[in-house]
Amino acid sequence: MKKLESTLPNMVIVLTGITIVAAALLGVMNEVTKEPIARIEQKNLEDGIKKVILGAGAQGDLTVSKIDTIKSDDGKQTFVVYTAEQNGTELGKAVKTAVQGFSPDLTVLTGFDKDGNIMGYEVLKHGETPGLGAQAPEWFKDKEHNPGSYIIGLNPGQKELKVSKDGGEVDAITASTITSRAFLRAINIEYEVLFRGNANANTGATSKNAD
Amino acid sequence: MNTLTVAPSPHVHGSDSVKRNMYSVVVALLPALAASVWYFGIGALTVVLTSVVSCVLIEFLIQKFILKVHPTITDGSAAVTGLILAFNLPSNLPIWIIIIGALVAIGVGKMTFGGLGQNIANPAILGRVFLLVSFPAQMTTWPTPNAVDGTTGATPLGLLKEGGVGAIANIPSTDLLLGNIGGSLGEVAAICLIVGGIFLLCTKVITWHIPVSILATVAIFSGLLNLYNPDVYASPLFHLLTGGMMLGAIFMATDYVTSPMSPKGMIVYGVGIGLLTMLIRTFGSYPEGMSFAILIMNIVTPLINTYCKPKRFGEVVKK
Amino acid sequence: MNKIKIILNGMIQENPTFVLLLGMCPTLGTTTSAINGLGMGLATTFVLICSNVVLSSIKKLVPDMVRIPSFIVVIASFVTVLQMLMQAYLPSLYASLGLFIPLIVVNCIVLGRAEAFAVKNTPLDSLFDGIGIGLGFTFALTLLGACRELLGSGNIFGIDLWSKEYGALAFVLAPGAFLVLGYLIAIVNKIRKA
Repeated sequence: MKKLESTLPNMVIVLTGITIVAAALLGVMNEVTKEPIARIEQKNLEDGIKKVILGAGAQGDLTVSKIDTIKSDDGKQTFVVYTAEQNGTELGKAVKTAVQGFSPDLTVLTGFDKDGNIMGYEVLKHGETPGLGAQAPEWFKDKEHNPGSYIIGLNPGQKELKVSKDGGEVDAITASTITSRAFLRAINIEYEVLFRGNANANTGATSKNAD
Repeated sequence: MNTLTVAPSPHVHGSDSVKRNMYSVVVALLPALAASVWYFGIGALTVVLTSVVSCVLIEFLIQKFILKVHPTITDGSAAVTGLILAFNLPSNLPIWIIIIGALVAIGVGKMTFGGLGQNIANPAILGRVFLLVSFPAQMTTWPTPNAVDGTTGATPLGLLKEGGVGAIANIPSTDLLLGNIGGSLGEVAAICLIVGGIFLLCTKVITWHIPVSILATVAIFSGLLNLYNPDVYASPLFHLLTGGMMLGAIFMATDYVTSPMSPKGMIVYGVGIGLLTMLIRTFGSYPEGMSFAILIMNIVTPLINTYCKPKRFGEVVKK
Repeated sequence: MNKIKIILNGMIQENPTFVLLLGMCPTLGTTTSAINGLGMGLATTFVLICSNVVLSSIKKLVPDMVRIPSFIVVIASFVTVLQMLMQAYLPSLYASLGLFIPLIVVNCIVLGRAEAFAVKNTPLDSLFDGIGIGLGFTFALTLLGACRELLGSGNIFGIDLWSKEYGALAFVLAPGAFLVLGYLIAIVNKIRKA
């Protein structure tokens, strides 16, 4: 067979043909994978909430439902609130929000029980410096290595979480005060939203970098 | 380097040599070394000894067993690299980290390119930056001077970055000058480094172009910002006396191999370092940018050399 | 041409990473650990094999002047298919490679082999070329990832060899990628010339 000449009709026909085949292929694949992808996303979220409510590695079924999305008045801060129920009793609520850490979008999901005690937290997304701020996902729940930074069980309503440098009780990550401040600020404002209905709080120590 | 300027004959042989220059640098660093031992105690001495010994040893081993050439460790360049690397480290750094730093400085920064005279970046700074990126927690935990119980604190630049100008308002300039502040070995006592720098200038080991252009650029840049808003930007004096400014401007940026050859090039290079340092300090996420600035300008040096050639004797101006 | 020779050629003589220095973006970006390197390598191999075979089969049908757009559409389709499959069935690998998967489209290895090999050879030979080059790429990425993971965090494929404390973070970050790649190329050149 001879190679097709580069005439206009030939080119149009070939390009159209190739794109139609490609589009059909992608359409089919999209249908096939749509359901597993949605299932995985839901599962990731549920796993995260399970971890912050029940603690890491805990077993048991949890019914998670999203109840609200709250925005601050200036529209800059968004909070997503979930409830977690087990056998019909509510165990606690989880709030997700993002703050500016050393880099933007330090996203923290925190679980609170009905009195406002922190049940657990997960850092869902961050761009902090590896070896410094990037330790945040583990640092504040590692009782064994950083007892001074253990925040699980604390209640931001009774005493606002602050790093020790700002007169608080939580030891900051070594050499990463900015990340630590931002992280604690996220939890403080999540508490404000959940228990005081105040989506415009700017609590926690702010610095020019963590603002 | 003076010896590289090719002038018309007759040529007179001087007493200048790599060895003489390197040992002059060592002598010039002695006051600062004494100051750091005074402030940080035996830890400072351990860091310096570990760094110098491992740099010399690593150079010897690589030349003897990998490159299989006659070892040139007696020229003192490895010792100077070790000394300057040590001056860039906090005095409480674990010994194994210092050895890794020496390995990167000599092995990666110098020997990979073929040894003295062929490296594109200052080996000591390369080692330091590698450690800073690799072990950020250990490299930014600074012991406070004369501390007996191992207390640590931030450097003045660290305080500035985290707390703004208010956080450094209480530090008197004399403390910065005399070195009564937290920091790495060689960034505490500005006065000792200046004395060493004057010694190097008098013995003609370095020329004034690079240090003066760096310091002047920093002074002007920070001066303008300080005039614009003194509540946000620190004073020029603060910037000149803190961090690696003196160490960098006098001892690290003037490294023969990695700095431009002609006076005009040296000034371009110095202005570049000053600008980059101030940009990193004021707008970057690191509190100190001296070593990054020097590294970047080291890489640009061949380009500067191309455009800042000294005029040939008798050259006809192109029409 | 001998099929085994085609595969070996792709893996060794024309190793895309160490010899041709193609596809540097995913090479430097994804090799933070051995498993990421392996995943990226295999993902690229999959796209490479599919696109090589398809493009070799339709080479007579595609007029020269619309060659590049047609190739890109075919390659992009396979990459999107791969992306959806990974997202659905290998979510953890997708989470760590996610950003780099769409970039396979513009990976010059894929288009390069299409231009340099697939349009000049039979679909069967192109299949073997895809396998060879893909495996060479995978091998290089896994090696690079393993070195960086070992030096940076003290483990290989997640198995601890020494404490994470002794890992030099620079190797996990971008500078380490350049450093390790440079030394690996030096070693490979030394071996090839010996």
